[in-house]
Amino acid sequence: MTPVLSFRNVWVEYGDHVVLEKVSLDVAPGAFVSIVGPSGAGKSTFLRLALGQEAPSRGEILLDGAPIPAEPGPDRGVVFQRYSVFPHMTVLQNVMFGARCDQAPLTGLLTGAARRQARAEAVAILEQVGLSASLKAFPRALSGGMQQRLAIAQALITKPRILLLDEPFGALDPGVRLDMHELITGLWREHGLTILMVTHDIKEAFKLGTRVIAVDKRRHDPHAPHRYGSTAVYDFPLDDKQKTAIPREIAAMASSG
Amino acid sequence: MRRLLNARPRGGGRLLLGLLPIAILVLLYLVASQARHAENPRDKILPTPAAMGQSMEIMALQEDPRTGEIPLVADTKASLTRLGIAVGAAAATTLVLGLSIGLLPYARAGLGPLVATISVIPPIAVLPILFIVFGLGETAKIVLIFVGITPFMVRDLASHVAAIPEEQIVKAQTLGASTWLVALQVALPQAMPRLIDSVRFSLGPAWVFLISAEAIASDVGLGYRIFLVRRYLAMDIILPYVAWISLLAVIIDLLLLTWSRTAFRWAHAPGGRR
Repeated sequence: MTPVLSFRNVWVEYGDHVVLEKVSLDVAPGAFVSIVGPSGAGKSTFLRLALGQEAPSRGEILLDGAPIPAEPGPDRGVVFQRYSVFPHMTVLQNVMFGARCDQAPLTGLLTGAARRQARAEAVAILEQVGLSASLKAFPRALSGGMQQRLAIAQALITKPRILLLDEPFGALDPGVRLDMHELITGLWREHGLTILMVTHDIKEAFKLGTRVIAVDKRRHDPHAPHRYGSTAVYDFPLDDKQKTAIPREIAAMASSG
Repeated sequence: MRRLLNARPRGGGRLLLGLLPIAILVLLYLVASQARHAENPRDKILPTPAAMGQSMEIMALQEDPRTGEIPLVADTKASLTRLGIAVGAAAATTLVLGLSIGLLPYARAGLGPLVATISVIPPIAVLPILFIVFGLGETAKIVLIFVGITPFMVRDLASHVAAIPEEQIVKAQTLGASTWLVALQVALPQAMPRLIDSVRFSLGPAWVFLISAEAIASDVGLGYRIFLVRRYLAMDIILPYVAWISLLAVIIDLLLLTWSRTAFRWAHAPGGRR
């Protein structure tokens, strides 16, 4: 099976500051890959690369076997920690935005049957994330958790090949976070999603992921800390039985980062 | 005792507190006016309310036999037309330039320095150039207001649009939005409340430029009238005219605020304050 997303020997350098080095990674269809690592290790750079916000200095990134376009597109959905939804659109309008871009590239406005269909799809997905009671609310009236539910619904409407999550639950209360774990796991199963999630919460990474990748520096020069970049230092494929135990190396990294 | 900075006036008290200084000023004026008239009944510097009322009756209710028009109406119409055209053109230009500079790196690199340079030129200093280029007619006055307020508005809107979180712009692209749709559906609606605010703040300078232009070369307009009757020390006309200009300014401001509150509800906190 062709991997949905693959990094082939990817390097990211700014001048002589190496952020990522020699990263190779294949994300299989239907996988839920969690990326963990200490802060500043370049976790988010992974997502910026996958989004096309940033280009690798060396190496290549493939989506379904073809090089990814050098800018964000509807084949890769994203949910950020914050600011993912449009404050000037209602909940329903936020979710219908994908359909409006797709079907009305000139005005961004839908009419008639196209509008009714887009609305029905949006309402259906909003029901799945539990927001059907707030269709006409503006995001500001929603709690942080509800805003993230909205951001997820909005990203799913375009049926992306891969869903990228950047610390999606990092700003939420612990209780709300548990609800969101349930929600994202359910959606992942139901829609057969492929997910790449960056998180600093190791427990979350192991709980949700089918595979956990730890990113850190393999080598360290104390006199020139920028000379060596991070890479995938651990790669754990998980099946359900293993999910309870967090390997010691990772737990150690968590306490240091 | 509670700190002063935590003590808040409420409801009626707040309104009363706001009216108090105004009432004091009016009272001071009346007392001073009374005192001067007691000394010299023909005093022109601080006219009594009755004298102002009499003069304004002539200005606001009677036709000028020469032009066949009521002076106050003709002046107001002329000034508001100039102001409206200039501010409208400034807002339209600001929308196009502000969105482009705020969103597109190429527009920012190409136009940013130009707008920054133009915005440091004192507009009144270019008034002679405008009179030479456009003559003494309406165009020069409108262009002066336009030149005076547009650079500030463009810079303000561009920085506001540039401050839209990167996440939103990326998200829109992952939903399939083109540059055009990001501008039209994401940036434009979020720029509108700020543009209205920017117009509200720019109206002050716009009035200054309008009245300056009218004072120098005009034959009708609120600024023209004030500077015309100044020759006769006609404070009984100048003061009501200034009050009328202020009232117009307040009404325009309130209209803009109401528009922003109703059309862009999402941008205003439910409590009223932004």
